[in-house]
Amino acid sequence: MALGSDGTRRHLRVFNIGLNWSYIATLNEHTRTMADSQQVLDSVVQSDYKYGFESDIEQELLEKGLSEDTVRFISAKKNEPEWMLEWRLKAYRQWLKMAEPQWPNVKYPKIDFQDIIYWAAPKKKEGPASLDEVDPELLATFAKLGIPLEEQKMLTGVAVDAVLDSVSVKTTFQEALKKEGVIFMPMSEAIQEHPDLVQKYIGSVVPTNDNFYAALNSAVFSDGSFVYIPKGVRCPMELSTYFRINARNTGQFERTLIIADEGSYVSYLEGCTAPQRDENQLHAAVVELIAHADAEIKYSTVQNWYPGDKDGHGGIYNFVTKRGICEGARSKISWTQVETGSAVTWKYPSCVLKGDDSIGEFYSVAVTNHHQQADTGTKMLHIGKNTRSRIVSKGISAGVSQNSYRGLVKINARAENARNYSQCDSLLIGDQCGAHTFPYLETSNPTATVEHEATTSKIGEDILFYCNQRGIDTEAAVALIVNGYARDVLNQLPMEFAVEAQKLLAISLEGSVG
Amino acid sequence: MSLLKINGLKAGVEGKEILKGIDLTVNPGEVHAIMGPNGSGKSTLASVLAGREDFEVSGGSVEFLGQDLLEMSPEDRSRAGLFLAFQYPIEIPGVSTANFLKTAVNEHRKARGEEPLEPAAFLALMRERMKLVEMDPSFLQRSLNEGFSGGEKKRNEIFQMAMLEPKLAVLDETDSGLDIDALRIVANGVNAQRSADNGIVVITHYQRLLNYIVPDHVHVLWNGRIVRSGGKDLALELEAKGYDWIKAEAQVEA
Ligand SMILES: Nc1ncnc2c1ncn2[C@@H]1O[C@H](COP(=O)(O)OP(=O)(O)O)[C@@H](O)[C@H]1O
Ligand SMILES: [Mg+2]
Repeated sequence: MALGSDGTRRHLRVFNIGLNWSYIATLNEHTRTMADSQQVLDSVVQSDYKYGFESDIEQELLEKGLSEDTVRFISAKKNEPEWMLEWRLKAYRQWLKMAEPQWPNVKYPKIDFQDIIYWAAPKKKEGPASLDEVDPELLATFAKLGIPLEEQKMLTGVAVDAVLDSVSVKTTFQEALKKEGVIFMPMSEAIQEHPDLVQKYIGSVVPTNDNFYAALNSAVFSDGSFVYIPKGVRCPMELSTYFRINARNTGQFERTLIIADEGSYVSYLEGCTAPQRDENQLHAAVVELIAHADAEIKYSTVQNWYPGDKDGHGGIYNFVTKRGICEGARSKISWTQVETGSAVTWKYPSCVLKGDDSIGEFYSVAVTNHHQQADTGTKMLHIGKNTRSRIVSKGISAGVSQNSYRGLVKINARAENARNYSQCDSLLIGDQCGAHTFPYLETSNPTATVEHEATTSKIGEDILFYCNQRGIDTEAAVALIVNGYARDVLNQLPMEFAVEAQKLLAISLEGSVG
Repeated sequence: MSLLKINGLKAGVEGKEILKGIDLTVNPGEVHAIMGPNGSGKSTLASVLAGREDFEVSGGSVEFLGQDLLEMSPEDRSRAGLFLAFQYPIEIPGVSTANFLKTAVNEHRKARGEEPLEPAAFLALMRERMKLVEMDPSFLQRSLNEGFSGGEKKRNEIFQMAMLEPKLAVLDETDSGLDIDALRIVANGVNAQRSADNGIVVITHYQRLLNYIVPDHVHVLWNGRIVRSGGKDLALELEAKGYDWIKAEAQVEA
């Protein structure tokens, strides 16, 4: 994290509420430390999904259904150039010929893609001159998310500008970024302002026809973040986006594109929550990362979409394609994810290690409780010489949930001296849940070194009783053990996210024992 | 007021009665030893006192500091001042000894309405108390009991006891598996914690430990009952004669 002039850490946060962009850049003062995490855990007492509120913001909704007209409508709404529309339409036509993947170890009823709303936005108003004019419901939403705007306003000396539609916001922080040449803006804006960059890179890592959901996303993506870090620039603050699905019956299809030019560095964080609803909602995002020579991208996710209730009703279907390419020599891409939400998760943040001496990392904690199902892991594709990858996956299953790790390490014939280390651990809570590991390894080069370690452990009664006997109740004991178990991954997160993640782990596992 | 008052306690598992009517009173400042052959119910008694759910209490009562102990949850028993040194301490991978103890101590403090200890003060306290059982501070950063030798685990139990400062500690075969040096160290650690206010129940199979932790009272538990009680000399008598004569006597009485 970058230090502000007063020594506090700076952090630029952007909120993306559902399809409606509420684009708010703020300065947060992060004074929390790991020592506070215990207090955070202590304060966690409720066992319901905490983020399940719904904001009553006036929405503009398109009718349900998907056709070429839908694609044209979305593109027109965003005033997109012709090439963008054509790109979307090509994706749409490819999608029509594709089938949903059947291989993940998850079960869910067939999705009716005509029963989804593909466009929702808050009713357009004149841009507010001050916070007072901002929809109070929206402010309340931020307050519930724990980021009170009022406070932001104070901290920033009313530097906060909030605009409720998908048009942009200019803040002092964006100015600061601009000075460094960093571009950080909604994708829709980038398409307008930096069409050359977008056109060059969009779909270059995840092609439109990569898979069923990537094709769907390419056709109807609503917005997302765009980041460009110029040569040699170390991004002066952490960039983050907060996604939230708000409108009913809508799908969320955001698209994120991050380009780190030669010798640059960026740390990007995303968080997500959704209201509590009976019906299932679809989230199909695409994230593409490009790291040029000597560049490093650190991408962290805390995924807490609504997981459905205890009996498995409702919840988000989280079908996401995330891939990064280490294009240049000595580049590095590191994925860290804490996955606690969603009814069904299908997600494999991957690295294409094309540049010589490039490095790919994947650190994951995936929690499933009640009826949740997760099939998640990574792909490390070694193409360049001396490429290295490291996989640390920690699955935690409770209730009657199913948790699968699926990972591929592929070493091409020309990837001399490639190295991979994989560690896949499973932790079971109770005896009705399932943990599965599907590690795939394909090596076409005899100089490769590949190591794989796997463990399965269980939080049994003995451990819980021992903790109880020391005055630690069962919920606190589970939180303690799970946080210890996930420590290697949580340590990869920026401090502030680590605290949030610890809290989430505790919340998601409440009521899982006893 | 007595610390612990057990009256006619009966308990078992899956319909099988293991404790068949136990009476025992422990007053502040007293050390009681409970001896008996394997399988007589010593660990069961300790588990029932600590609130292990596997065991069903079918009769009798237990008062702890005037409260109905059997009504309390295991964590509340701990917070009220009951400590059990386990015969087989468990391992918790990924949770450091320091973090585990910090959580435990702060839960106890919270129950008393006190603020959590400052990290520096807490670390200082841990280092001081570890000395009681000659434990190296490097253990603090290691996962709880993971890879500890049998003796190290037992010392860790007594270290935890020193951190939690219980009113009543039940030590279940804390001597088993210890060589003579470790036995002395553990016993010194326990003796350092004896005071006029607290009580200790030492469960042991052998008399050996009682040379170091000298009890005020010795009880023999056999087949779910306390069949004999006496002073510290009873332990010596058992050492000399074995348990058979007690068994024979108890059978005649039954
Ligand atoms: N969980 C259990 N299930 C069934 N039997 C048990 C259980 N725990 C203890 N027992 C039985 O109860 C008796 C007393 O055991 P225990 O209290 O461990 O004795 P001690 O500690 O004196 O050696 C033994 O016969 C033992 O097999
Ligand atoms: Mg025993």
